[in-house]
Amino acid sequence: MTGKERIARRIAREFKDGFYVNLGIGLPTMIAAYVPAGMDVMFQSENGMLGVGPPPTEEEADPDLINAGKQAVTELPGCSFFGSEESFAMIRGGHMDMSVLGAMQVDEHGNLANWTIPGKMVKGMGGAMDLVAGARRVVVAMEHQTKDGASRILKACTLPLTGTSVVHDIVTELCWIRVTPEGLLLIEVAEGVDAAEVQARTEARLIVSPALRTMTAADYGL
Amino acid sequence: MLFRRARILMNKVVTSADVAVADIVSGSTIMLGGFGLCGIPENLIAALVRRRITGLHTISNNMGVDGFGMGLMLEAEMIASHIGSYVGENRRLETLVLNGKLDLTLVPQGTLAERIRAAGAGIPAFYTPTGLGTVVAEGKETRKIGERTYVLEQALHADVALIKAWKGDRYGNLIYRKTARNFNPAMATAAKLTIAEVEELVEPGELDPDHIVTPGIFVNRIVVGEAYRKPIESKFIQSGGAA
Repeated sequence: MTGKERIARRIAREFKDGFYVNLGIGLPTMIAAYVPAGMDVMFQSENGMLGVGPPPTEEEADPDLINAGKQAVTELPGCSFFGSEESFAMIRGGHMDMSVLGAMQVDEHGNLANWTIPGKMVKGMGGAMDLVAGARRVVVAMEHQTKDGASRILKACTLPLTGTSVVHDIVTELCWIRVTPEGLLLIEVAEGVDAAEVQARTEARLIVSPALRTMTAADYGL
Repeated sequence: MLFRRARILMNKVVTSADVAVADIVSGSTIMLGGFGLCGIPENLIAALVRRRITGLHTISNNMGVDGFGMGLMLEAEMIASHIGSYVGENRRLETLVLNGKLDLTLVPQGTLAERIRAAGAGIPAFYTPTGLGTVVAEGKETRKIGERTYVLEQALHADVALIKAWKGDRYGNLIYRKTARNFNPAMATAAKLTIAEVEELVEPGELDPDHIVTPGIFVNRIVVGEAYRKPIESKFIQSGGAA
């Protein structure tokens, strides 16, 4: 199991029956494949759809039916379509149970940076700022460190922010961290990983939960 | 009381995309519907590119891709400034912006949609939680209402809105198809002149009034698109079995 699959599988176990969830582009999109059997979770795509289904076959692909990553998708029974203004009304209005996003940096205050690198990248924030401002629970799904081994979980973000004090949880291939008013609380570690190793690979100071537990196969739906 | 059928029929249909955009002048502020390449007014864009007007101020969520959609307007050097939320699929734009050749304003997607909606609804400004504590809020008024602090955002108007719908009638009533709806209905309300291109023109009464998304009052001109390419940007196709 790759690190990314581990992250996707673990977050899928946090869903509850009847949840409305927005999955960000990239790693978070993978989570849709691991929803526990028998659970009804409805995925929202901010370009204007609730009830997003799996990727289509070549024959099914419809240019009028895409997700926010501009990928062709399918409809699930009970799906609905709406305009961008209504889509963001449901996001900003607090109707989404969970928003899962990727990140470049997260810090001890729950600040998130995931949209730009000044002078290097001109892409835009898309819907990320609205999602983190409006969703009831914001979960960051990302690999623990950069490809160069630098920490992405910092004392303070150095890149331009997407939102301030918006992140509730951080899930990486190594651990589950909850953002609390006191700081970053380490509540779960992956098998074969201990709190000391997670801290060694994290710039931010971690508070180790007295109830720290090791993730099991069941936490990955296996 | 009897209502008589009007003798002169209201008819907003124009004969071609070229006719529809013939009076749009250089320097105009133009909204363009669509999300990525989905639901973009591709025939109106092509007609606008043939006109070679310049100095346009565009408002659209994205900026097409290199070689299609608004990417064609960029390549024809028609655009002076752009307001959007995500332009990552257009490398040419990134280069122009980094070199200071094009004035780009990035706006959170939900704020963009609401600013357009507000303009059409006669709301001059509104408070939103989006972007608080980020560059988006710099220089803007903030206000604490209840427990939270909000950013004041202004309505966004345009001279012209170019939108794409699925079907419409000569009154300008429109329905959309699937996710090709996106920004189109909001933009239809926010411009002085709204031009809609549709795949199919139907007779008044054929569209179920309960299903009409954009009532004709918001549309000034309607034209049937001559041809549709409708490319899919990212075909992530199922390779067999459950995905």
